[in-house]
Amino acid sequence: MADKKTLQKREADKLEKVERTRDRKVFVPAVDIYETNDEIVLMAEMPGVDEKTIDVVLDNDVLTIRGQVASEIPEGYELVYSEYEVGDFERSFTINESIDVDKIEARYQNGVLNVRLPKAEPAKAKKIEVKVK
Amino acid sequence: MYLDKIWQLDPWRELDRIHDEMNRLFQDTFSRTPIRSYPAINLWVKDDGALVTAELPGYDVNDLDITVLNDELRIKGKRNMPKPDKDLKFHRLESDIDSFQRTIDLPFPVESDKVEAKLERGVLTIVLPRAEFDKPRKIQVSTK
Repeated sequence: MADKKTLQKREADKLEKVERTRDRKVFVPAVDIYETNDEIVLMAEMPGVDEKTIDVVLDNDVLTIRGQVASEIPEGYELVYSEYEVGDFERSFTINESIDVDKIEARYQNGVLNVRLPKAEPAKAKKIEVKVK
Repeated sequence: MYLDKIWQLDPWRELDRIHDEMNRLFQDTFSRTPIRSYPAINLWVKDDGALVTAELPGYDVNDLDITVLNDELRIKGKRNMPKPDKDLKFHRLESDIDSFQRTIDLPFPVESDKVEAKLERGVLTIVLPRAEFDKPRKIQVSTK
């Protein structure tokens, strides 16, 4: 589990927000989060999302990712068997202050939104040289 | 017609499918992670062809292997995910599937050398033209 001192990542409580008017379901994307010495990387599976509609918003300490699916119904075909539904994606996280918010980067590739959250300097582990005499 | 074949499925398998669907229904409230059959597919049909779509986020074109034989479509995939080690630890791991193989029964035999597949934004679309010999033919009724 995460080391509580270094950082904590939990789902943000549902905030009061603007109601949607789009005729689509909204799904919570599956997310992987891993941490290295320098950064925290968040990978959200958002297949079919149109790159232009992706929003990554940091409001105070709440990071929200959002994306709208650009899918068209194949013309002339009839859906005869369905295991998944198409919808938009949205999910929020709280991040703590050990993140350097100015350097957050996001990239969308192969249906996965990749958000890199670099750690702020003081939080980085410092290597201390041991001098031998 | 293709519908005949769909209703002819093994009833146990059909029960399994309903079971999956129920699970999916409940799980949808929290996440979209599929439960058993991966990837989740949608099957579209018209008179002279079928179309299969599957959500495969995180897979590259080179990670996928698609084969067709008569009325069977097989999708295989394997992707590289970051591995945890001493400098990399996971806080959350919801997309834990990194390889899969799935065979899908199609409602009719297809022209295997005319199958086209594309992977766009993590969505795989496979167009499967119906085999020429299997296509429905309109028969003229002649009156005398």
